Amino acid sequence: MEKFTQHSGLTLPMDRPNVDTDAIIPKQYLKSVKRAGFGPNLFDDWRYLDPGDPAIDNASRRPNPDFVLNQPQYDGASILIGRENFGCGSSREHAVWALTDYGIRAVIAPSFADIFFNNSFKNGLLPIVLSEDQVEQLFVEETATEVYQIAIDLAAQTVTTPAGASFSFEIDEFRKYRLLNGLDDIGLTLQHQDSVKTYEERRKAEAPWLFA
Amino acid sequence: MAGKTLYDKLWEMHVVRTEEDGSALLYIDRQLLHEVTSPQAFEGLRLAQRTPWRVDANLAVPDHNVPTTERELGIIDPVARTQVETLDQNADEFGITEFKMGDIRQGIVHVIGPEQGATLPGMTIVCGDSHTSTHGALGALAFGIGTSEVEHVLATQCLVQKKSKSMLVRINGSVGVGVTGKDIVLAVIGKIGTAGGTGYAIEFAGEAIEALSVEGRMTVCNMAIEAGARAGMVAVDQKTIDYVKDRPFAPTAAHWEQAVTAWQELHSDAGATFDTIVELNGADIAPQVTWGTSPEMVVAVSAAVPDPADETDEVKRNGMERALTYMGLEASASIDSIPVDKVFVGSCTNSRIEDLRAAAEVAKGRSKAESVKQVLIVPGSGLIKQQAEQEGLDKIFIEAGFEWRDPGCSMCLAMNADRLEPEERCASTSNRNFESRQGLNSRTHLVSPAMAVAAAVTGHFTDVRELMEGGV
Repeated sequence: MEKFTQHSGLTLPMDRPNVDTDAIIPKQYLKSVKRAGFGPNLFDDWRYLDPGDPAIDNASRRPNPDFVLNQPQYDGASILIGRENFGCGSSREHAVWALTDYGIRAVIAPSFADIFFNNSFKNGLLPIVLSEDQVEQLFVEETATEVYQIAIDLAAQTVTTPAGASFSFEIDEFRKYRLLNGLDDIGLTLQHQDSVKTYEERRKAEAPWLFA
Repeated sequence: MAGKTLYDKLWEMHVVRTEEDGSALLYIDRQLLHEVTSPQAFEGLRLAQRTPWRVDANLAVPDHNVPTTERELGIIDPVARTQVETLDQNADEFGITEFKMGDIRQGIVHVIGPEQGATLPGMTIVCGDSHTSTHGALGALAFGIGTSEVEHVLATQCLVQKKSKSMLVRINGSVGVGVTGKDIVLAVIGKIGTAGGTGYAIEFAGEAIEALSVEGRMTVCNMAIEAGARAGMVAVDQKTIDYVKDRPFAPTAAHWEQAVTAWQELHSDAGATFDTIVELNGADIAPQVTWGTSPEMVVAVSAAVPDPADETDEVKRNGMERALTYMGLEASASIDSIPVDKVFVGSCTNSRIEDLRAAAEVAKGRSKAESVKQVLIVPGSGLIKQQAEQEGLDKIFIEAGFEWRDPGCSMCLAMNADRLEPEERCASTSNRNFESRQGLNSRTHLVSPAMAVAAAVTGHFTDVRELMEGGV
C-alpha cells in the first residue's frame, strides 16, 4: 500500500450531501476483475451527458461541462472536499479504487459512511473528518480562490489552508501507523496467528457446531 | 452490574485480541462470497502466495450479474460472464463450496445464507456487500466489508474492527394489517435519516419486531445499512430456532441441543444500556413510499411529496430540490397520484417466499394496469422459485400479466440486463433509490411487495389496504 505522510494538493469541491458509491463508480464498471483502471469513470453518470459502458471509449463521449471534473481549473486535483455522509450505500471498494486511480489522495467531509471510511484506509486514501463549519469554510474559500491548494500532514494530524489556518483532525493510532508506514494489514494480522489458533481451539470446545 | 446488549455478547464472543488503541482482532465464523467484490481478493491472495485460513468457513454464489431469463443461453455480456467464471474458477481452485448458476440452491447471497442454515445465530458473518446486515435477523453479528477485507478474512479468518456504538430501535405495539417489515424499516430510516445509524450497530426490538416472522426481520435488518448502520440485529427467540432447525448447514443432532442452549442467551439483558434509543409506535406506521433519491426521503402512501420550501437547512433543501427535479415530481403532489411505468418485486430485501406470497395475495384475480409496461417478479433463490411454483404463485403472477423470472439481484442494481430506461418510474421492493441505481436516470420508489403489486394493478401508488379484505 502507498504510504501517506504529507500531501499538498489542489482541491476538488463535491458540493452535495450523501454522495453514494453508486455515484462514485456506477455498477456497469464493477464487472472488472481488476483493481486498476476505474479512474476514467469516476463519477461517470455526472461526468458525462451520454450513458457509459465499459465497451465505449470515453474519448467518444460527451462530457458534462457543468461537472467539476470537466472544468480545467480542477485538472490534477488530489483532495476532494465533500459534504455529510460521503460514500454511503454499497460496500464496493471500487469507489475507493476509482478515486485513487483518478489521483485523489484524501477526502475531507463532515462525516463518512462506515464501510467507505474503512475501505479508504486499505488503499492509502485518507478520509478526514472536519466539522461542518470548517468544511464550509473550505468550500467558501475554494469558490473564492482561483487555485485553492491545501496541505495535509498526517503525522501532525492537520489540514492547513493557503491563508495559514490550521485544522486538526482525529485518527485512530493504529490506522495512522499503518498509513504512515504503508503497511499490509494481512501481514500484521498474521503476526498474531498463534492467537487466532488458540481462539479457534477454545471456540471448538464451546461451540463445536461452528466447526462441524 | 449493568447487563449486556446482544451486540456486546456477540462482540465479546469473537474477540481474538485487543490492540492498544481499542481496536480488536475479531474472528469471523462465516464469509459469503459473490462475483463482484471477490475477484480482486482472490487475486491478492494469489499474488502474496497465501491460502485461505479456513476453507469451510466460506460459501460462494453468483448473484449480481446472473441473467433472470433464458439461462440456458448462459451470460451474453462477455464482461459479466468473465466475472462469474472467475468466481467459479476461484471457488474451484481454493476448494470453496459454491452454488453455481445451474444449481437450484443458487440465489441472492443474503437469501441463500439463512435458507441453507449457513448463517446461524451467534455467528459473525461478513460479505463484500453492504446488505450483509440482513443476517443479523438471526441474532448474528453480520456486516458488509470491502474487497481488501474480504481478502483479509480469506487469509486470516479475522478482521481488525473497532466496536461500534449501540442503538436500540424499539417499535412499540403492533402494526396494522398491510404494514410490513419493509414499512417499519422505511419509517425508521425516515425518522433517523440515512446517516442516523452511522457508527452504530442497531438492535431492532419491541412488540412489532417480535411479531414479525424471521423473514420479515431479515427485511428490517437488511436496510439497517440504509440508515448508515453496518449491522442490524434482532434477539433470538423460538421463531429463530424453529427457522434454523433442519436446514442443510444447521447443527446436526449431535450438537443441536447444545447450540440451542447457547443461542437462547442471544438477547440483550434486562438493564443493558444503549448509547441511543429510538422509539416508534407501530400503530403510527402506514405503508411507506419513498419520493426522492435517498431512502430517508420517505412518506406514508396517504401523504404528499414534501415541499422543500418548508425545509430550513440549506444543504437539505438543495438536496430535496435536486431530488424532485431528478424524480420528475412536483412538491405537494399526493403520493397516490403518481403513476408508475414498471414494477420490480425482488432483491435481498424482499424476494423470500413470504414476500412472494404477499405479492400474490394482492395480484390474485387482478391484472397489470394497461399503463404499466412491465412487472418483474424475481425470486431470491432457486429453492424459493420451486416453492412458489409448488404453491401456484407463479400462475397467479403470469395470469396477472407479470413476468416470472430466475433468481438473482436483477433490477435492484441493474448489473444484468434487467434495468429501467431513462426517466422510467418504478415501484420497487429493493433497498436503494439512488440516482441511476436501476438504470441511467431511472426513478425508483421503494415500497413493500404488497404495495408494489398494488401499484402494478392500479397503475399508480395505492394504499394496499384499500385492496385488502378488511382493509381501511
